[in-house]
Amino acid sequence: MFGKLSWSAIPFDQPIPLIAGAVVLVVILAVLIWVVVAGHLPYLWREWITSVDHKRIGVMYTLLACVMLLRGFSDAIMMRAQQAVAFHSQGFLPPAHYNQIFSAHGTIMIFFVGMPFVIGLMNLVVPLQLGVRDVAFPTLNSVGFWLTATGALLVNISLVVGEFARTGWLPYPPLSELTYSPGVGVDYYLWSLEISGIGTLVAGINLVTTVLKIRTKGMNYMRMPMFCWTTLASNLLIIAAFPILTATLAMLILDRYLGFHFFTNEAGGNVMMFMNLIWAWGHPEVYILVLPAFGIFSEVVATFSGKPLFGYRSMVLATMAICVISFMVWLHHFFTMGAGPDVNAIFGIASMIIAVPTGVKIYNWLFTMFAGRIRFFTPMMWSIGFMVTFIIGGLTGVLVAVPPADFLLHNSLFLVAHFHNVIIGGVLFGAFAGYTYWFPKAFGFRLHEGWGKAAFWCWLIGFYVAFMPLYAVGFLGMTRRMQHFDVPEWRPWLMIASIGAGIILAGIICQIMQLVVSIRHREELRDTTGDPWDGRSLEWATASPPPAFNFAVMPSVTSEDAYWAMKRRAREEGVKEPDYGPIDMPRNSPTGFVCAFFATVMGFAMIWHIWWMVIVGFIGAFATFVVFAWRDKDEYEIPADEVARIDRANRAARRELITAAGDL
Amino acid sequence: MTDIAIAHQLPGLAEAAHEGPASKRIITGYGFWIFLLSDIVMFSCFFAAYAVLQGQTAGGPSGAELFNLRNVAIETIFLLLSSFACGMASVAVEARSHLWFQIAMAVTCVLGLGFLAIEFREFADLVARGAGPSRSAFLSAFFTLVGCHGLHVSGGELWLLTMMAQVFAKGFRADIQRRFLCFALFWHALDIIWVAIFSVVYLLGSAA
Repeated sequence: MFGKLSWSAIPFDQPIPLIAGAVVLVVILAVLIWVVVAGHLPYLWREWITSVDHKRIGVMYTLLACVMLLRGFSDAIMMRAQQAVAFHSQGFLPPAHYNQIFSAHGTIMIFFVGMPFVIGLMNLVVPLQLGVRDVAFPTLNSVGFWLTATGALLVNISLVVGEFARTGWLPYPPLSELTYSPGVGVDYYLWSLEISGIGTLVAGINLVTTVLKIRTKGMNYMRMPMFCWTTLASNLLIIAAFPILTATLAMLILDRYLGFHFFTNEAGGNVMMFMNLIWAWGHPEVYILVLPAFGIFSEVVATFSGKPLFGYRSMVLATMAICVISFMVWLHHFFTMGAGPDVNAIFGIASMIIAVPTGVKIYNWLFTMFAGRIRFFTPMMWSIGFMVTFIIGGLTGVLVAVPPADFLLHNSLFLVAHFHNVIIGGVLFGAFAGYTYWFPKAFGFRLHEGWGKAAFWCWLIGFYVAFMPLYAVGFLGMTRRMQHFDVPEWRPWLMIASIGAGIILAGIICQIMQLVVSIRHREELRDTTGDPWDGRSLEWATASPPPAFNFAVMPSVTSEDAYWAMKRRAREEGVKEPDYGPIDMPRNSPTGFVCAFFATVMGFAMIWHIWWMVIVGFIGAFATFVVFAWRDKDEYEIPADEVARIDRANRAARRELITAAGDL
Repeated sequence: MTDIAIAHQLPGLAEAAHEGPASKRIITGYGFWIFLLSDIVMFSCFFAAYAVLQGQTAGGPSGAELFNLRNVAIETIFLLLSSFACGMASVAVEARSHLWFQIAMAVTCVLGLGFLAIEFREFADLVARGAGPSRSAFLSAFFTLVGCHGLHVSGGELWLLTMMAQVFAKGFRADIQRRFLCFALFWHALDIIWVAIFSVVYLLGSAA
């Protein structure tokens, strides 16, 4: 009846996951009860869960990323604590549990923090920057988000029901095959990523179509803000790379479920094929994450330097070059696995070449700041912190791109330090810069500067204290993923690293405080004009938060830095009121939520081999789509005088700002 | 190079006036094309896996011993004819003819089912002869590649029936026409993939 599922799946003998799971469960239940008792459920359902508004979906993606960051960080601090105490001892985490923790940490941080954070920001901002009212496929957008949430949910269910993979964040066979990993851990990994992978693919198709086909009048490609370009590049990579992940994981699923022999040791299976396929996805994935961050820094640096982005065309070229070259370097993830000197040399050189366009970008940001009037708001602090940190990460990257050096450093903590250096220093700092920069656009008030700066300094210092020792201990020969160790030279470095993790924890607490303080003082931090940073692109040309339709009248673009040009023109010519017309907007739909519900049922049933439930889930999902396809009205109309009423309020505030600036 | 010279070389990038968002039909079709491209990327992984594992028969039968080209030829004819019928359905949509649309779709459906039946028989026969997917890496890759195409055709059948019901219930509304456009693209793309399977798996496999 319930396949492999029984009471023994719940780890009653392991206090840490059980207590953690219980706390999370209590928190979720408390929130749910509060929502129901306070009568917020209809509001949540109407305005958020069924929303197809790209801004709302963007916010929900970002929220998911923030919550998952807490989970991923809990794993991180447990690992650092374990390694700090596990000298000549077993520490407090048994090996089976420790292995699950480092696997879950990597999986969560990449798939459920990095991905939803950048996709959320792209969703929120790109249609606004393009001067349009929505994305190409609003309902599919919602489906994509909820499928991502399904994946995150399944990973977290594994905390209390069953176990998670012990194979690392990429399940290398033959370890991940049924022979060596007979439990459900790898199955949790596989199904949560298959489901969320489909969600990511949907988001990618949606955003590429939006950028290529839905731009306001006059928004030529060469007038698009840099963030739109990096969004395009990143989502092109999603479309080209994520099907590879889907196919590769499908092969592993077939091996595990139906006795196929893709990656097994017997019957002609080929383990190296897994390495090639997974990294043909995995390396572009790195750029899927970091390209949007590059876009965010481009926006932030230009805005807070008060100058147009230096070398816009070279930036576009560098972005697209990275987009292409990122598919030609995957083999550098396994130089040591016997490809031979010629192949290694070619991929080593390709890996070094990709540093060139990245270098171009760094110089462009520096020259944008050069002779600018820099305002040191929190987003700008993250950007400067990024430039310093990312260069170090990039340089160690070029170091491990040299195959002979890689033979020494492969699988060591040096490598761990390198990729945390680029992912924290690049992706995460970028996400935080974007979060502080666009928060007022999403919610109508700025985040508190003091707590923001405190968070920045804690993260920056914490990062260096936590990861520079790992470079050193990597040089001393410590391999990654060690549950305990006996080498006394490593010990002090690992103690320092754990202090670094503590400082990062302080940074996260500052971020939570920043949110709480900002919400409580939101009236003082209110953004009345919609343009709190004196911005340059079109997202600042509308109110904060923008009305459902974004722009009462779609703006007409005549140059780069569209909104900057408009402001200048407005100062000379004054602001005229446009002719308002009615606007058609897509209607909300529960399709995404219901579909994700059935996907969760199906995924869970697959993991535990409950075949009847799989069929129920499939029929449910198909029926949902048929019902969706059957509806007669997919849009509603906002009448012209309603549009005028909403827009006039914002125009008044904006006129004041422009007149005031004109007087200066 | 001056800006004008660049504009000359890249007319798409620096066109003087971009006219604003594209029509819904263009957006839907474009998005679906991109989906098809991603689907083809997925198939290319299975093709690559097949190419890598083709010789790994683990002492079991090879393609030359298993494939029955006469069967595959009939399968191919069924699928290509169903694509032709699907094309006729497109013509019927343009002509706004309910009767011809339903006839053409029914023919598409039956030919597709015929294809699936032959494929299913081939698979059942192989399994019965002890040449199932767990026999060798070669057969794993074969069943996955061909079976993935078969799954796509099965999904297409579900979509096809839904499409017939929708046109019957709601007529040739603009959104339904857009949906049919996507279906037609999907069905034709499956043909293209089949042609690749026919050549790479069956023709090359029988020759080897």
